[in-house]
Amino acid sequence: MEGFYSAAQASWEAMPYILGGLWWTAGLILGAMLVGFVLGVPLAVLHVYGHPLTRKAVAGYVWLFRGVPILVQLYLFYFGIMAYLSEIPALSFLPLSSGFLSAVIVLGLTSAAYQSQIFRGAMASLPAGQLKAARALGMSDAVAIRSIILPQALRLAIPAWSNEYSILLKDSALAFTIGVLEVMARTRSVAATTHQPLPLSILAGALFFFLTWAGIKTLKRLEAKVRIPGYAHQGSL
Amino acid sequence: MDDPVILRVENIVKTIGGQRILDDVSFSVKKGHLKVLIGPSGAGKSTLLACINFLSPPDSGTISLDGKAVDGKSRKELLALRQQVGMIFQDFNLFDHLSALDNVRVALVKVKGLDKRAATNRAMEELARVGLADKSTLYPAQLSGGQKQRVSVARALAMDPKVLLLDEPTSALDPELIGEVLTVIRDLADLGMTMVMATHQISFSASLADEFLFMERGRIVERGAPSQLLARDSGSRTQSFCAKLSELAGDGHCEIAPAPRA
Repeated sequence: MEGFYSAAQASWEAMPYILGGLWWTAGLILGAMLVGFVLGVPLAVLHVYGHPLTRKAVAGYVWLFRGVPILVQLYLFYFGIMAYLSEIPALSFLPLSSGFLSAVIVLGLTSAAYQSQIFRGAMASLPAGQLKAARALGMSDAVAIRSIILPQALRLAIPAWSNEYSILLKDSALAFTIGVLEVMARTRSVAATTHQPLPLSILAGALFFFLTWAGIKTLKRLEAKVRIPGYAHQGSL
Repeated sequence: MDDPVILRVENIVKTIGGQRILDDVSFSVKKGHLKVLIGPSGAGKSTLLACINFLSPPDSGTISLDGKAVDGKSRKELLALRQQVGMIFQDFNLFDHLSALDNVRVALVKVKGLDKRAATNRAMEELARVGLADKSTLYPAQLSGGQKQRVSVARALAMDPKVLLLDEPTSALDPELIGEVLTVIRDLADLGMTMVMATHQISFSASLADEFLFMERGRIVERGAPSQLLARDSGSRTQSFCAKLSELAGDGHCEIAPAPRA
């Protein structure tokens, strides 16, 4: 009984340490969402409007990152590519041995594959007349996509995008395998000394739940904010 | 009588999915004239209009604007052509995420490079012309069909087109909304806008058109002055097509409407 008590106390005392992992988890998600967005949008545009060969290349990229488990990618990247690159003296100024960097890149590239499909679907769902009308006014395709297609497609994509956020959030827990001190890694290391995994796992679960809730709430608010007046299709999901 | 030819369409052929949609179509439009394309659905009217601004590039044939043949392979020439040829679509195709004002303004800024203030002034002028100055802040989903089509006319006119192509501009409208769009088109004709219009509004267009072009299976099979083609004893395809429409609608479709306004 006394053993349990002291373990519970140890768990309690470890709280600030575990909460500190939130910063790393949040950093992983924001970084990966950003990388995924910045790459995902052009990939989607190329997938829909690109040359047939470019489309094939994008489809290949998507297949690759959809097909290989994130855990495998993390190992390949961190212990393989990054370890190799870090031996090149000219690159020594880069933090190549940082697990965080590897994790953001891997999660970001994977998310880019998924996000590109979200945006592709949104673009494909727009009426063909939108692009036709833009072209008829003399807009180049680049201008039409930037000013007419993307503003509409990105709005439509928000519900699916918040889904991607919650998936990415949970995938980010895998970063503990390459030494990123995010919530899961800290939970495990404390549990290893207190031998009380249950309360700590509940805490970790609650933290991930909170991040999911906060993120999705924020995206809902964004969706309402950019809603097109009178456009019934919006906000119904 | 000798108005210059603005638009010349020569020997246009277009095949889609192995089917010949346009088969050697030629006509020309003089400045300030209105040509009206009539004919059954599937005759190729919409495709012909889309070939003129290369939204659907012709397989062969020539489009000339102001006497200069357009090279369909040159991106620059294409964009320049489209700037000078306005288009009105059957289903409006307003940009759903933009207010009425921005719908008219966006190409002025992004294509013509006007600064925002000049673009706003011009856009408001055009909206006023179609009677929608007070709706400038509304979004397409908040407008009626007739209002949407009038915004799309304003959007096209703001670019100062040399020719306006109208692809069944009233076909998607509820009957009670057709009038307001026809009024705008009539005003444009009165102002001397050069236009090519595909429509089933035969009696309306008969009072404005300089020439009817009757299309069937990808060819222009009849052409002439409306009064001549619609004469009861003309025995024309136009007349019998019109009689059929009029029978279905139960109205005086083939009467030539009284001269536009006193």
